[in-house]
Amino acid sequence: MKREKALIFEMTKPGRVAYSLPECDVPEIDVSSAIPSEYLRSEPAELPEVYEVDVIRHYTELSRRNFGVDNGFYPLGSCTMKYNPKINEDVARFPGFAKIHPYQPEESVQGALELLYTLQNDLAALTGMDRVSLQPAAGAHGEWTGLMMIRAYHESRGEKRTKVIVPDSSHGTNPASAAVAGFETVTIPSNAEGLVDPDALREAVGPDTAALMLTNPNTLGLFEKHILEIADIVHEAGGLLYYDGANSNAIMGIARPGDMGFDVVHLNLHKTMSTPHGGGGPGAGPVGVKEILAPFLPKPVVGRREDGTYYWDWDIPQSIGRVKAYCGNFGILVRAYAYIRSLGPEGLRRVSELAVLNANYVRSRLAPYFDVPYPGICKHQFVLSGKRLKAHGVRTLDVAKRLLDFGFHPPTIYFPLNVEECIMIEPTETESKETLDAFIEAMIQIVREAETDPELVTGAPHTTVVKRLDEATAARRPVLNCTCG
Amino acid sequence: MSEIKPELRYSEEHEWALPVNGRIVRVGITDFAQDQLGDIVFVELPEAGARVTAGESMGTIESVKTVSELYAPVTGTVVAVNEKLLDSPELVNQEPYGAGWLVEIEAEGDVEEALGRLLTADRYREMIGES
Repeated sequence: MKREKALIFEMTKPGRVAYSLPECDVPEIDVSSAIPSEYLRSEPAELPEVYEVDVIRHYTELSRRNFGVDNGFYPLGSCTMKYNPKINEDVARFPGFAKIHPYQPEESVQGALELLYTLQNDLAALTGMDRVSLQPAAGAHGEWTGLMMIRAYHESRGEKRTKVIVPDSSHGTNPASAAVAGFETVTIPSNAEGLVDPDALREAVGPDTAALMLTNPNTLGLFEKHILEIADIVHEAGGLLYYDGANSNAIMGIARPGDMGFDVVHLNLHKTMSTPHGGGGPGAGPVGVKEILAPFLPKPVVGRREDGTYYWDWDIPQSIGRVKAYCGNFGILVRAYAYIRSLGPEGLRRVSELAVLNANYVRSRLAPYFDVPYPGICKHQFVLSGKRLKAHGVRTLDVAKRLLDFGFHPPTIYFPLNVEECIMIEPTETESKETLDAFIEAMIQIVREAETDPELVTGAPHTTVVKRLDEATAARRPVLNCTCG
Repeated sequence: MSEIKPELRYSEEHEWALPVNGRIVRVGITDFAQDQLGDIVFVELPEAGARVTAGESMGTIESVKTVSELYAPVTGTVVAVNEKLLDSPELVNQEPYGAGWLVEIEAEGDVEEALGRLLTADRYREMIGES
C-alpha cells in the first residue's frame, strides 16, 4: 500500500475526463431555456479533471486502507461487530424494495409495507413489548424517541418529572439523549459486583424521577440480577423503565426486556441484527413500547386491515410526531428483516448462546494475563483492566495500537469509565475458534512484549499506513477545509 | 508519583484551592487529575460574576478521551477567569498549579472555615493512593 495519497482534487489536470458518453440521440437544447437563470451556475463546478483509470486506482487505494468486518476480527465491546451476511444485500437490492419511493400509493408498495409490518411484530415479540415504531435512525435516536414518549406520558398525567437516572457504567449516549430530551441526569454508582445497587436506587428515586435508563446485560457484560426489584422501585416512585438495547445480542430467545419490567426499549439493528455499520451508518434504532406508551408512538406506523392489506396508520392523536423523514432507514430495515427470516427464533437464540460462549472463552483464556475486575461468567462481552502493564510503562492505549500490527481491530478502550485502563471485548458469535485463538495469542504476546520490550508496544503501530495521530492538536486547532489547485 | 503541593488544600474531585488575597481563592486541578485526563483540548469556565456552590459543577474540562465536570471547592462569586486557557488549554497539563489555574473565587463567609472543609495535602495523597 502506498504511504502518500493525494486528494483527488490535487490530481486534477485541465482537459482530462474520466467518462465517455455515447453520442446524444435526442435534440439538444440550451439549458438556459429549460432552467430559470437564478438556478444556473456562473462558474463550472470544480470537479477534478482526471482519467478514468486514475479515479479507479484512487478509490481502490482508499478502500484498501479501510478495516471492516470483511477484513478481520473487530471485537469492539458494546458494538456487536458481527459478520453481515451477504444475503441481506441481495434482498435489499430486490427492485420491489430498492426501486420504490415512500410516497408511492400504498397499493403499489404492499410488499414493502408487509415487510415493515412483520418486522414491527417480530421485534415486539423478541423484546416482549406491545407496539413498535421503526422510524428512529439509530440507537441514540431511539433513546431520544423513547425519552420523548416518556416525557409526553408524564405530561399527559399532569406530572412534572425532570430527572432521568443512569448507572455510572452507562453508555454516554444515555445521559446525552436525556439532556437533549430536556431532562436532568442523575448518576448512581455501581456496587462492587458492577451492578445497580437497589438501595442506592431507592435513595435516588422520588417524585421528580421520570425514568431509569438501563442496559441489561450492562456495559460490563454482567446481567442485572436485581432487575425485577429495580423495576418495582422505579415504578413505585411513578417513573418508567427504559431499556437500551445495545446489548441485546446476549439474550435473544432467552430473556425479554418486556418480561423484566421495561416500559420502552430501543434495538440497534446495526448491532444485533447484522446490518452494516462501522462507517457511520445508516443504522436503525426501532423503539418498542408497552401499551401505556403506545398513544405517544411516532407516526405513522404500518397497520393491517381485516382484508389483509397494509396501510400507513396516522391515527395516533397523542403521537410525539415524526422523528425521521419517510419511514426510517428502509434499506436497513429490509436487511434486518432478511437476517431475522434467515435465522428464525431458534437461530436467533443460537446467536445469543454462541455470543455468550465466545465471550466467556476469550475471557477465561486472557484472565491470567490481565486484571479482571469482575471475575465469573459474563454475557456477550467482558472487561479487562490493563493496569498491571503500567509497571512497564505500557498503557491500554499502547496495547490497542499494537494489536493493529497483528491485523486486528482493537477492542473498546477506556470505557466504561468505572474501570481503570479498561479494555472491553465483544467477540460476537460469528467468529471461528481459530480467529479467537489468534486474537488471544496476539494479546498474550503483547503482554510478553510489555514485559520484555515495552518500546515495541509504546511505539506501535509499526506496520499501518498511518501511525499515531496528534488527536490533541486536531481537537485544539481543527482544520475544517482546504483549498487545492 | 504526582506532584502535590503541601501548602494547598484539595477537594475529593481533584481540585486545588489557594487563598491569594483576603477572601479570594485561586482554583485549579491537580497534577494527578491532569495526568489522568490526558491532553486537555478545551476548558469551559464560568463567567466572572457567576455564583458557584461548593461541591457543585461550575464548568467542564475536556480531553481527547473524556469530558469531566469541574466542581467548585468553595461557595462564592467568580472574580477572575484564566482567559489564556481558551487558546492554550495545554497549560493545564504543563503547569496545573501555576499558569494552568482555572478561576478565582471570592469566598462567601469564613474563608478559613471553607478551606478547612477541604483535604490537606497528606489526606489528598492518601486519597489518590500515593502514600
